[in-house]
This record gives sequence, C-alpha cells and structure tokens, in this order.
Amino acid sequence: MWPLLVFIAAVMVVVAAQIVLSHFLGQRHRERATGEPYESGIVSEGSARLRFSATFYLVAMLFVIFDLEAVYIFSWVISFRELGWSGYFKIFVFIAILLASLVYLWRIGALEAGPPKRRLREAEVK
Amino acid sequence: MNETLGTLLIIAFVILGVLHVAPGLIWLERRLLALWQDRYGPNRVGPFGLFQVLADAIKMFFKEDWIPPFADKATFILAPCIINVTALTAFAVIPFAPGWSVVDMSVGLLFFLAMSSLGVYSVTLAGWASNNKYSLLGGLRASAQMLGYEVFMGLSLMGVVLMSGTFNLAKIVEAQQNTIWYCVPQFLGMMLFLIAGIAETHRLPFDLPEAEAELIAGFHSEYSSMKFGMFFIGEYIGITLISCLMTVLYFGGWDGPTFGISEGLALKLVQFGWFAAKTFVFLCLFILLRASFCRPRYDQLIAFGWKIMLPLSLANLLITGAALLALE
Repeated sequence: MWPLLVFIAAVMVVVAAQIVLSHFLGQRHRERATGEPYESGIVSEGSARLRFSATFYLVAMLFVIFDLEAVYIFSWVISFRELGWSGYFKIFVFIAILLASLVYLWRIGALEAGPPKRRLREAEVK
Repeated sequence: MNETLGTLLIIAFVILGVLHVAPGLIWLERRLLALWQDRYGPNRVGPFGLFQVLADAIKMFFKEDWIPPFADKATFILAPCIINVTALTAFAVIPFAPGWSVVDMSVGLLFFLAMSSLGVYSVTLAGWASNNKYSLLGGLRASAQMLGYEVFMGLSLMGVVLMSGTFNLAKIVEAQQNTIWYCVPQFLGMMLFLIAGIAETHRLPFDLPEAEAELIAGFHSEYSSMKFGMFFIGEYIGITLISCLMTVLYFGGWDGPTFGISEGLALKLVQFGWFAAKTFVFLCLFILLRASFCRPRYDQLIAFGWKIMLPLSLANLLITGAALLALE
C-alpha cells in the first residue's frame, strides 16, 4: 500500500507547489473596481448567497437514492458466478423495483429540470 | 531494494507523464480544431507551435493571483486543488503495461469511481466560494450534471466486471487477452461509459457548467492565474484518465501484436506502446467530439441522463448477466 501513499503525497506536493509559486510570482494591483465580482460588467447587486431552484436539491436526493442502490448491485456483480441463477433472479426483482421507482419519479415529474410544463404554457398565454 | 526503486520510478514517471500529456493535449486540441476548421492554430512558438503551452504556462504563473475579498478564502483555494489531486490520484491504479502501475489494487475500479465522485466537490465548492452569481449557477449546474451521470457511470462499468469477475484493472486486461476485447460484447456499456465520461469531465458537448455564452466561465469565473490553470489542466487530466480507462476496460489495455519480441524490457515497451497508441486515439476522439457537436439545453441534458442512460445501463447489466449464466 505504501506506493499509493507516496504517490498521493507527491501529487499533493506538486499541486501545492503550483499554488505557492503562482502566489509569489504574480503581480499585485488595486483599482477602483478590483474588489467587485465580475458579472458581465454589470455592477453587482447583493450577495450571491441566494435561494436557488429546488430542482438541484431534488437531483442530489435522487443521486443519494440511486447510488446507494448501486452499491448493492456492485456487491452482486462481484459474487455473481457463485450466486448463479438464484442470485440473478433476486437482483432482477431488486432492479425491477428500482426501475418501477424510476418510472414513478418520471410520472410525477421529478426528473424534469426547469419549470413544470403547465407553468410554461401559462407563460406563453400571457 | 531494486523493487522499491522500480516503484519510485513508476511513481515519478506517472506524475511527470500525466503533467506533460495534459498540457500537450491543449496544443493538440488547438491544432486539430484548427485543422478541421480550415485555419492554422498556434504555429509561432517553437517547431509546429509546440512550445505554445510552455509559453502559456509561464504567462499564467506570472499573472496576478487574485483572491476576491468577497470570496470564502480557504474554500476558494481548496477547490482547484481538489480536482487536480483526485484526477491525478486516480492514475495510481491504471496498468500501463504488465506490472507497470503504482499499486496493483484489487478494488482498482472502485478506487477510480471514488476519485471521480470526489471531483464533484471541486466544482461545487468553486462555484459557491466565489460568491458570484454566475459562478454559483455554474457550480450548481456542474454538480447536478456530475451527480446525474455518476449514477450510471458505475453501473455501465459493471458489465465488464461481470465478464471478468474482478475489480482489478490488470486482471481485467488479462481476462480480455484470454477471450475477446470487451468493446465487442460490452458495446452498449462502452458507449454509456464514454458518454458518462464526457459529462464527468464536462467537455463539449456537455460543457454547460462553463457555457461561456450564458455564464461567463461558470464556476471558475472569478479564478485567475494558476488557480484557473489548475481547473484548465484538471479538465485535460480528466480526459486523459477517461481515455486510459476506455483502453484498459474495453480495448484490451496493453494487448497487441508484439512483433516477435517475447521478453524483457523491450516487450514491456512494445506493450506500453500499444497502450499509449490506443489512448491517443480516444484523446483525439474527445477533440473530434468538441469539433462536431453543439451543446444540448440544460434540462435536456439532465433528462437524458435519468430517463435514457440509467434504464439502459440497468438493462445492459441484466442482459449481460443472463447471457453469461446461460452460456455457462
């Protein structure tokens, strides 16, 4: 295992060297607008600690659910020859349930990014 | 003692090699894109413009290393480091020729998946720490995209594990030498992995996190100097990593005709040559993809991952399993 630790240590040294070098080599200057966020040249208004669309939160939750299932599938995959057909049918049921939940999520619209279709249509009418 | 020295040599070669291939790729990309778009590309600095990257690197080191006063300082510095460390560390498990890898890990494939998952932190933290609205949007987009494509990336690789019965990358290559390159029986899995790989490295056509036309530069809008350079290089290290894995998992790794050479260092060099040649083809493929596709819309990208790729990778797994059991 020691080669991995040496490797990781070497990688960290390389990365740290880049950060430190560029810190000391770079120039310094200060103008009127240096300390402001660059937002396409428009004067920045308020902080960027905003409340954002719940879609992103939903994706993260779906990820936790489905990636956790993937762990079970990984453990089946590695012992697949020993388990034979009996193991195969069990994982088949497991994956079928997984797909059923995916279909359910699809139907209730959890997989759609952006505003729901209904609201888009209303916006068009206006 | 001799073995220790050999391992240290490999470690040095891997790090130096990757750190040269990734910038070299920038030059290659600019030249190839220029070729396909009927122009010259960088051809002034050195022969064929080869030293352009070196010049750019020197320039980048001497640029102002600006940390915004409104940013979260520690996280702001940490973010570009994460992407470089995780992408480079994943190279530890890649077998370049028989016995030529930093560690011969029995869970090598899982190690790669773990490292590529950790890469998500980089873009998310960069977007958040910059305290800039465009960065925040880019970071959120990147995390949603990488999470969505992470799920089936692991699943698409499991077809290979089913066929070879191991997570060890060197053993997977040996299994292919004894049977057939997995690009034939696992064609669907290969395509799924390639698409997931493009999305993970947020290359075109899936570069929505940094879509210049709408988000300035996305999550790294506020980055300058070498910190920007590290995001830039990190992307190319990621491409190299995915190309190496395509070679190892689906195209027989170092497998190829050895021209009658049967032993010693010469054999290893020929095998390494095959590995490098195959990887090079995939690197060019990544650049060709950039030259030929346009960006999808963001909701299309997310829906594509969940609605098409995830069911397909599960189906691939079930079909592969059933076929293998039926053939036994």
